[in-house]
Amino acid sequence: MSRIGVFVCHCGLNIAKTVRVSELAEFAGTLPDVVVAADYKFMCSTPGQELIQNDIKKYNLDRVIVAACSPLMHEKTFRKVIANAGLNQYLLSIVNVREQDAWVTDSEDEATAKAKALINGAVYRARLLQPLTARFIDVNSDVMVVGGGITGIQAALELAETGKKVYLVERNSTIGGHMAQFDKTFPTLDCSACILTPKMDAVLQNPRIELMTYCEVEEVKGFVGNFDVKIRQKARYVDHSKCNACLACTEKCPGRGTSEWDEGLVKRKAIYIPFPQAVPQKPVIDRNACTYFKKGKCRLCEKACGQSAIAFDQEDTFREIKVGAVIVATGYDLMDTKPLVQYGYGKYPGVYHALEIERLFNSAGPTGGKVVMRDGREPQSIAILHCIGSRDKNHCEYCSRVCCMYSLKFAHLLKEKTHGDVYQLYIDMRAPGKGYEEFYNRLVEEDVKFIRGKAARVTDKTDNPDFAGKLVVEVDDTLTGRFATIPVDMVVLSPAMKPRTDAKEMARLFNLSTDKYGFFMEKHPKLAPLSTMTEGVFIAGACQGPKDIPDSVAQGTGAAAEALTIVVKDRLELEAATAIVNPASCCGCQSCVRVCPYGAPVFNREKNVSEINEALCKGCGLCAASCPASAIFTRHFTNDQVMAEMEGLMEF
Amino acid sequence: MSTALTPYLEMSQAIAEAGGEAFRKCYQCGTCTGTCPWSPVTEFSIRKLIRLSQFGYDGIEDLMWGCTTCKFCVDRCPRGVEIIDLVKSIRNMYAGGGLLPTSLRSFVGSLASRGNPWSGDVEKRNDWGKGKYPLFAEGMDYLYWTCCTVCYDPRNVLVAKASAEILNRSGLSWGLPGTDAQCCGESVKKVGDFDLFERIKGNNLGLFKAGGARKILTISPHCLATFKQEYGGDAEVVHFSELLDDLIRSGKIQPKKDRGGLKVTYHDPCYLGRHSGIYDAPRDILKALPGVELVEMDRIREQSMCCGGGGGGLWMERAKGERLSDLRVEEALATGATVLATSCPYCIAMLEDSVRTLNADDRIQVKDLTELVYESLEG
Repeated sequence: MSRIGVFVCHCGLNIAKTVRVSELAEFAGTLPDVVVAADYKFMCSTPGQELIQNDIKKYNLDRVIVAACSPLMHEKTFRKVIANAGLNQYLLSIVNVREQDAWVTDSEDEATAKAKALINGAVYRARLLQPLTARFIDVNSDVMVVGGGITGIQAALELAETGKKVYLVERNSTIGGHMAQFDKTFPTLDCSACILTPKMDAVLQNPRIELMTYCEVEEVKGFVGNFDVKIRQKARYVDHSKCNACLACTEKCPGRGTSEWDEGLVKRKAIYIPFPQAVPQKPVIDRNACTYFKKGKCRLCEKACGQSAIAFDQEDTFREIKVGAVIVATGYDLMDTKPLVQYGYGKYPGVYHALEIERLFNSAGPTGGKVVMRDGREPQSIAILHCIGSRDKNHCEYCSRVCCMYSLKFAHLLKEKTHGDVYQLYIDMRAPGKGYEEFYNRLVEEDVKFIRGKAARVTDKTDNPDFAGKLVVEVDDTLTGRFATIPVDMVVLSPAMKPRTDAKEMARLFNLSTDKYGFFMEKHPKLAPLSTMTEGVFIAGACQGPKDIPDSVAQGTGAAAEALTIVVKDRLELEAATAIVNPASCCGCQSCVRVCPYGAPVFNREKNVSEINEALCKGCGLCAASCPASAIFTRHFTNDQVMAEMEGLMEF
Repeated sequence: MSTALTPYLEMSQAIAEAGGEAFRKCYQCGTCTGTCPWSPVTEFSIRKLIRLSQFGYDGIEDLMWGCTTCKFCVDRCPRGVEIIDLVKSIRNMYAGGGLLPTSLRSFVGSLASRGNPWSGDVEKRNDWGKGKYPLFAEGMDYLYWTCCTVCYDPRNVLVAKASAEILNRSGLSWGLPGTDAQCCGESVKKVGDFDLFERIKGNNLGLFKAGGARKILTISPHCLATFKQEYGGDAEVVHFSELLDDLIRSGKIQPKKDRGGLKVTYHDPCYLGRHSGIYDAPRDILKALPGVELVEMDRIREQSMCCGGGGGGLWMERAKGERLSDLRVEEALATGATVLATSCPYCIAMLEDSVRTLNADDRIQVKDLTELVYESLEG
């Protein structure tokens, strides 16, 4: 004989609007073995939790059923509630009457009837629930941060500050990310380098951060607390343990590659550091641009190097690193605007995209910070075109969030550096951050011309002799309702921020889900924005969605704290509801190995049976359901328990 | 009297129910109007029409007849607003209330009484062929669906003849529809007379079925798009340019005559290009003609400029300076081409008209692709 308590949650009106909650509680009270049933507005709140705990004591309950939201939401909450009242936490059953009931019908009768059936099933199952004991695993106290932009740098520094060892993995030959390309940052117009480069240096100097540039994640094994990450160190053809960063090699190099850092606006050497403040300061050789690699002779860099650091025979190497948690901060790509032929990028030399303009402003950029165009002229009039690819169903449906603000920054810098006329062609000005609206106001006062309308076309064809030699931007000036043609020297496109082109590959490596655009998915948009469905792997910055620097830094800090909650522990409690194989019945077919999404079943070739790695098992039951020999059962979801629940359901 | 606008949400609701509900998605960015071919020459604003529709505001009737349904705005709209559907449903609402402009009444009236928009005698539909070409019979490869315009419009009759002669040399078996064929109904649907469109469609679908047509060949891209997107029959529908491209590639017709460096530019009809996605076949045909040099205008393919003849525009009068076809002919002249080729009877009519009114007859000729190919055949 069990003593079961049933607690029905209204969830405000989320459940109570469709399910007749008091009728449901009354019904539950009539079921065999149910000694108490109650309903309450918010069962997860303090009074709700106290109600359950008081009833456990008052009625001496040995099983608890909570009819509320999805167990994904609050199973852990209610497990703690009953554990604190002295019950084993696994003597709880959650009945989902919100997502799977109240939210899928408008009919009160249907919803209430289904809720009754679900509760009846839960009562049947609850009678058979067994107390389970949690197990513990040791936790590796190191953390890996993937991506060395401002987000990853922030996360790494914060973690190192707590005394933890951090591996910072960056695919480029320097850290810094997009922020290192900027000259100024909005809305304060802080010098980007002045606030970023000290942090880059702090990473380099911090003994607890192991900086791994020119590296990529190759393979990820393991689980929360015990990840095993294989890293590919790409061949630099320069032995950094010997290199003293004198850069004599780069002076002698005759090879020419395209400067990624300057967005292709200029050439760089084949042996190079991307920019003078790069971290580390040691060069790499671009194989595709190197005369020796292309033609078999040259080796001028080798002759110039006093340290014998040039190593043409270097190959990629691999390294296994064990960490307890991982932060993915891999950033974004700027949308390629060439396919939007109407804007003429790639066709008219006077058309630039946002990152190119950032480089023109930058004193370390290709023009030394002067705004001069590809033809050497200083533009006297500039149009900045918002929402290029953003908020557009044909490209990226979302708002890229930062473009309005950086377009304002561009307008300010263009005014300052060229004294030209600057037009902003916008759909809606979005300036919701701290100090952002004020920045917008400032730019209005700086006499930037705001035109409400999305640019339709950029052309150099015009009948108007006054427009000769100009680019003409065509737009519906929606506030006057008139078609406008605006002659300018320079057009700046503010394109959408997109997921990295290889984001899918990164998602596969870390078992992350992606949203419909390809950005990494957070576990919960409000309550777990940095967590993912893979325990121990966190995301931060623009890899989760478009973000500006303040938000990215905040997320980097937050992700560091999240990672710390894992690696600060010596041991981690494992879910006890895991699968177990009865080796006597196992036929060795390996169905379980194939169906498991977590890689938990491992086939033991010596014994010819499958075994479950309980640290990886999430207790989903796929293996048990697919086992033809019924050799696997899942604790907390045993065959008996599931069959009993079905029987209870079928009574209705 | 107050000059303030007042929302008339019943009107807005009625437009939505007539098929224009996509206006709800519009965020008034102006991409449509910035893209619209009218914008440089008239004050017609499709964005404003959408705005007025969202609230049922007064003034819809002043703007509703401007759109040529060229589809440029629809392709560019960042919100996926089906602007042509909105235009059709607004016109349907108002035309139902008797607000059809005078210039459109004769064309709609002719369609209703004779099944063609040109007030042509029903029994004279196939007179252009002088009995030289077969009628379609079951088992033939193609039902060659001649557009009303190539049957009745004297300029376009030349296109009908050239195309029929090409077919006769192709080795294919083909036939014309009987005189009971009617207009495809594309224009009448775009001016909002949905009932008449349904009647015409029923008639033509009946003909396809009774005749056992498996493949329908159209000379007009308007017939092509309508059969493919609105009729829903099971026959395969191909445009003449697609077939012509195949015939040349397979050597079934061999254009051999050297045109001696004839400069030709090609105008993409909206209904062949943006509505049907056919851009390459016409160009491949021109490139296959000996001694023909294809020179392109600035606005081509997906960005092609409209001739102004769609959406009922063919029957509406426009003041000089407000004719899209004039702008297009000027653009063609600027390329140095002496032939402006296209592949749509409406475009032919519009462009031909502009060449005459611009007194450019001695500098440029408007030709259908079929005419150019026919001229390149020997003998």
